[in-house]
Amino acid sequence: MASLDDLKKRIASVKSTQKITKAMKMVAAAKLRRAQESAEKGRPYSEKMNNVILNLSNGISDKENAPKLLSGTGQEKTHLCVVMTSDRGLCGGFNSNIIKKAKSYFAKIVDEGKELKIITVGSKGNDQLKRVYGDKIIENISFKESKNANYFDADKVGKMVIEKFEAGEFDVCTIFYNQFKNVITQIPQAQQIIPLNNEGEESSSEESYEFEPDEDEILSNLLPKNISTQIFKAMLENSASEQGSRMSAMDNATRNAGEMVDKLTIEYNRSRQAAITKELIEIISGAESL
Amino acid sequence: MSEEFKVEIVNPEKSFLVKDDVSEVVVPAFEGEMGILKDHISIISFLKPGIIKILSKSGDENYYVEDGIVEFKNNNLSILTSTIFNLADMDKSKQQDLLKQAEEEANKTDINDQSKYLADQKVEVLKTLN
Repeated sequence: MASLDDLKKRIASVKSTQKITKAMKMVAAAKLRRAQESAEKGRPYSEKMNNVILNLSNGISDKENAPKLLSGTGQEKTHLCVVMTSDRGLCGGFNSNIIKKAKSYFAKIVDEGKELKIITVGSKGNDQLKRVYGDKIIENISFKESKNANYFDADKVGKMVIEKFEAGEFDVCTIFYNQFKNVITQIPQAQQIIPLNNEGEESSSEESYEFEPDEDEILSNLLPKNISTQIFKAMLENSASEQGSRMSAMDNATRNAGEMVDKLTIEYNRSRQAAITKELIEIISGAESL
Repeated sequence: MSEEFKVEIVNPEKSFLVKDDVSEVVVPAFEGEMGILKDHISIISFLKPGIIKILSKSGDENYYVEDGIVEFKNNNLSILTSTIFNLADMDKSKQQDLLKQAEEEANKTDINDQSKYLADQKVEVLKTLN
């Protein structure tokens, strides 16, 4: 059995860990509120953007010559995957969930004999992927300096993706991120952004639009922006998910630490009691033998 | 009958402005300035750098935009843009910053004609703000 001193030290150390996790939980809760707000505020933009593109692609007459970002290159040989994770750890299964989803997708692509290229956004994803897919990672981006997800960063990633697409480096692009549902549930998502997958979605209006300039030109101007918008949306969802995930993880950790402290305290009290009893017995039996 | 319609300006971070007593909006569309009044036909167009003028009963407002898309439908005007500034909030230093950025961009040699044209537009518009 551990000595009283050891137990005391352990209790103290668990208590200080509990303090840290509790503080982290509070911080995450405050940040979550902000992240959730901005995720909600950002939704109208991407929804409207989607709507406009939907209307446009329905109105397009010459499907054959539609911009490549919309219709694809006509083949599916090289896949680019943008895996978006956080830069910080201690957020429960947040990163592992994305990685798991991404890895099963990677395995499928490799099995089909297609070429795989990976861009990681956020250092945690890079850390986990480089062991197995190190040679496939072509780019690693991290926004450690930026406090909140901002459009400028998303635009940088978007421009890079488009540049690579125009250089013919890949045919299909998919982004991986966690969709924020609520504090305890985040759903890892795989979303294909190039070519744009609009099938199954019905245009909201039957009304025909007037286009100025013509559809093709608007589309070719709009599609690159849509890529950045989708990435930005993913970033917003991700940052809300990260904070939510961290909050519940830290909440659990705090509770577990509390349980541990209780258990250790009981053990400490028992052994203290045992020591006192032992001493008493010794004194009494000593007195009796006199 | 009222001659007013609703305008909504959205940027990626938030819904920037919602106004429903607007009588006319002038937007810098790609092929020239375009004034939109009530019951305009449904239209989609995109913007070049310029000034959005919003005329309404509660006062006129001017915004500087660098890019964007406009959609008008059922007397709802949606403007999606990633860079927008209210001219009332724009001071000299801010304007100079933007102008400097735009000039740098315009002076790059490795850009294509369209981005060159857009950068030149930016410079021009920003200069007229002085």
